[in-house]
Amino acid sequence: MSDTHSLTAEQLTLGYGDRTVIEDLDLVVPAGRITAIVGANACGKSTLLRSMSRLLAPRGGRVLLDGRAVHGMPAKELARTLGLLPQSPIAPEGITVADLVGRGRHPHQGIFSRWSREDDAAVAAALEATQTTALADRAVDELSGGQRQRVWIAMALAQHTDVLLLDEPTTFLDVSHQIEVLDLLTDLNRTRGTTVVMVLHDLNMAARYADHLVALAAGRVHAAGAPADVLTVDTVRAVFELECRVIVDPTSGTPLMLPIGRHHMTADEPVAAGGRAG
Amino acid sequence: MTVVVPPPAATVDAVARNRVRRAGRRRAVITVLAVLVVVAFAASLMIGRTFYPPGDVVRVVLGQEVQGATFTVGRLRLPRAVLAVVAGLSFGLAGVTFQTMLRNALASPDVIGVTSGAGAAAAFAIVFLGWSGTAVSVTAIVAALAVALLMYALAFTDGVVGTRLILIGIGIAAMARSITSWVLSEAGAWDFAEALRWLTGSLNGSTWEATVPALVALVVLAPVLLVLTRQLGALQLGDDTASALGIRVDRTRVVAIVAAVGLLAFATAACGPIAFVSFLAGPIAARIVGPNGSLLIPAALVGALLVLLADLVGQFALGTRFPVGVVTGVLGAPYLIYLIVRTNRAGGSL
Repeated sequence: MSDTHSLTAEQLTLGYGDRTVIEDLDLVVPAGRITAIVGANACGKSTLLRSMSRLLAPRGGRVLLDGRAVHGMPAKELARTLGLLPQSPIAPEGITVADLVGRGRHPHQGIFSRWSREDDAAVAAALEATQTTALADRAVDELSGGQRQRVWIAMALAQHTDVLLLDEPTTFLDVSHQIEVLDLLTDLNRTRGTTVVMVLHDLNMAARYADHLVALAAGRVHAAGAPADVLTVDTVRAVFELECRVIVDPTSGTPLMLPIGRHHMTADEPVAAGGRAG
Repeated sequence: MTVVVPPPAATVDAVARNRVRRAGRRRAVITVLAVLVVVAFAASLMIGRTFYPPGDVVRVVLGQEVQGATFTVGRLRLPRAVLAVVAGLSFGLAGVTFQTMLRNALASPDVIGVTSGAGAAAAFAIVFLGWSGTAVSVTAIVAALAVALLMYALAFTDGVVGTRLILIGIGIAAMARSITSWVLSEAGAWDFAEALRWLTGSLNGSTWEATVPALVALVVLAPVLLVLTRQLGALQLGDDTASALGIRVDRTRVVAIVAAVGLLAFATAACGPIAFVSFLAGPIAARIVGPNGSLLIPAALVGALLVLLADLVGQFALGTRFPVGVVTGVLGAPYLIYLIVRTNRAGGSL
């Protein structure tokens, strides 16, 4: 499958201004697998992803790619191994799909180098993989949300990185487009061996699509491992302060979390709901 | 290593064809614009109180003596036309750089006060300090950089460029213009046309001494911006995406700002802040080129064409002779209003 690129965080401390968001965090991203990072709002999951792609310099500790600190690597060299799709990328007015995807080639081009056949092939491969070939001439701002997200992923693919980080790639998408995007990322992982790390909002989607699930709470890793081990009633209670039931998803065999609200408690609700169920 | 499934050859060919076609359109636009600039340049050498045919003009430019034309064309019209081209290219290039980098058509240096800052400083240096030549250019550059940095500090936090930057900039521009007016009112002995140069920009009384520093700045700084073409293209996708593509965002932005401000300031020191050329060149170029690649060169050519044509109109088409900046101002003001109205409804990116 793939050569392993190790991506790890060691005693990482991150923050903005005088606010510390992540403190003393250790994380190992399994190579060639899909990792999903989940957690409550403002728990620092996007911040962690930004730092792993060196958009944010650490206060303490470091992020290592193959044993080298990413914050000391030459920008283009890092960009040839590690790609990032930010949460809300900006498409210039009127830009075409082919043009946008082509910009992913930047780390492979020198200042004066001309566009090569290899660049064309990379763009073509990215369009094919995301099924956006037919859209190549269209303006990005005319596309539907799902199509647009596929185009952005195509740009990240044209960059040809072995590691791809994505910050909430499914936000603002309806459920069918969410599945479409997550299936696409799974294809990439299975056929290319790309290491995928994504921040996801939806716990059940994360459990379904990730090989490795990382639950953050208050700037630390609360639990990490296989989704079946991580997505438990106890984890959800600790990370989201929410009571729930966890059953086996009949379509995928992965854990499925069913939240319990104040208005939806059946008589046989387990004691998990605690004193309030009385 | 990532295993890549080779794409079908037909798709690769389609991608290549698409790219070649877009590049071809852009090249065609650039060629047409360049021809138009040459034609307008030639016209501004021929047209005047006395008309000189192309033959006379060519002989003067080649350095031969032609009765009458050697003085009129060689001494009066040639420096004026060359300065028009140099200033137009500089204003156009600097404007589109700001607009591209800040992702907003309103963020051009003449709207956000950089050009008027340079103009005010140049006027101050000439009137109160009695300076001339390089010292004036340096003053203009320092002032323009100071304004650009002030804008950066006031409005450019967390990579957010919005209405705040535009409003602060319009305020700074108004302040700079009022300083210029005050300086000129103190100058007293200055005649009207000379005064207007520092308010709206004028090519009247262009000399080689004023033109050469702007030309040198263009030759040095334009390549710096052209080398940054791809980086500026990546910056359009947002700071995060640009970083992820291996761009040193802050360094690119600082180099681009310094180069663009240098172009503006030298051109402004030579002919004053010709109104709205920076502001108009980029959007006009965008309209003509379409989504077919970088706008830097097309916008520079549009800038040159605008200044040449506006100067011809200002000199000969209106009965009274108006400075070039009055004509470009009349063109630019309605577009500025249109953009501000539109921005209030939606984003106004380039």
